[in-house]
Amino acid sequence: MRYIEPHGHMVSRTTDDYTAMAMAGCQAVCEPAFWAGFDRSSVDGFYDYFCQLTEHEPARAAKFGIPHYTWLCINPKESEDTKLAEEVINIIPKFLDKPTVLGIGEIGLNKNSRNELRIFEKHVDLAAKHDQLILIHTPHLEDKLKGTRLIVDALKSDKRIKPERVIIDHVEEHTIKLVLDSGFWAGMTLYPDSKCTSARAIDMIDIYGGERLWMNSACDWGVSVPLAVPRTALEMKKRGHSAEFIDKMIYQNPLKFLSQSPRFKLG
Amino acid sequence: MTRQQVLDVYFMEARAKLIDIAAFLDRLDRAPGEPDFRLRAFIKALHELQGEGPNRAEKVLLSLSDPTTEPLAKATVKGATGAWRK
Ligand SMILES: [Zn+2]
Repeated sequence: MRYIEPHGHMVSRTTDDYTAMAMAGCQAVCEPAFWAGFDRSSVDGFYDYFCQLTEHEPARAAKFGIPHYTWLCINPKESEDTKLAEEVINIIPKFLDKPTVLGIGEIGLNKNSRNELRIFEKHVDLAAKHDQLILIHTPHLEDKLKGTRLIVDALKSDKRIKPERVIIDHVEEHTIKLVLDSGFWAGMTLYPDSKCTSARAIDMIDIYGGERLWMNSACDWGVSVPLAVPRTALEMKKRGHSAEFIDKMIYQNPLKFLSQSPRFKLG
Repeated sequence: MTRQQVLDVYFMEARAKLIDIAAFLDRLDRAPGEPDFRLRAFIKALHELQGEGPNRAEKVLLSLSDPTTEPLAKATVKGATGAWRK
């Protein structure tokens, strides 16, 4: 089996996780910038985090033979403080030329507030100006439907944005159709208690087909499973999917989207 | 997969989850105090299971979702509860 982990917060994971992922056939891991679980107190905290994402974590992953790529932003959970958010957005261009940066992400909304939306639009503007791919986080639980609608509307109203260069992550049964029908890529996050189980993700693949769709573990410092993607591949096998189709879903599809960045190269 | 195969693969898992939900409701009944909005939302979402398919999962998610469309004036908390409080 070979697969790409398109969304993993590896700075929060152990070397045992890297070993297990390498043994399971992980060919690359992509790490969006994320909330640390607490609010960073200044722009300097983000500067250090972006150094960690663009320099230190790729070196750590390389020890396990896994290429590491990253996405940069200030997470929507920290966007309510628009002054800090704007300071952070201003330092991102310094890092966009680093060899493993794929784009702007994971941006989006958390509680669907006006300030979050304003900072989301500033990130989208940054991505458009620098011709970057975009990775989007949709809100949790009861906030997901409204947030996904607001995000799709904001993206559609910016004519510079090409939907095929945007992945909207953490879709579920009530948001996937809107995302795919609008021309975007959709990500399904495999979590034990929230977002999506393996069985439901495969249901959505069965219903919507395998185009513009990927799966990720979004493993981080919370309850999450770094091997969720290969586990789902096993479940697809159990459900009678062919080896070729499984390879498309866990390797070829993420490769297709990510290869829109000239930086994403495997082997 | 045929319906028979779906049952073979998923019946025991779904059965376990069904009993867990029943036990959760019993546990709530036994506990003292008043429940908050989440229980009402849960019971309402449960009704979606008895409706016609094929999109019961979507209907349950919609039933638990904030249906409004205007952005919030301000985010005062970071977390979500899993059910929409009117
Ligand atoms: Zn994430």
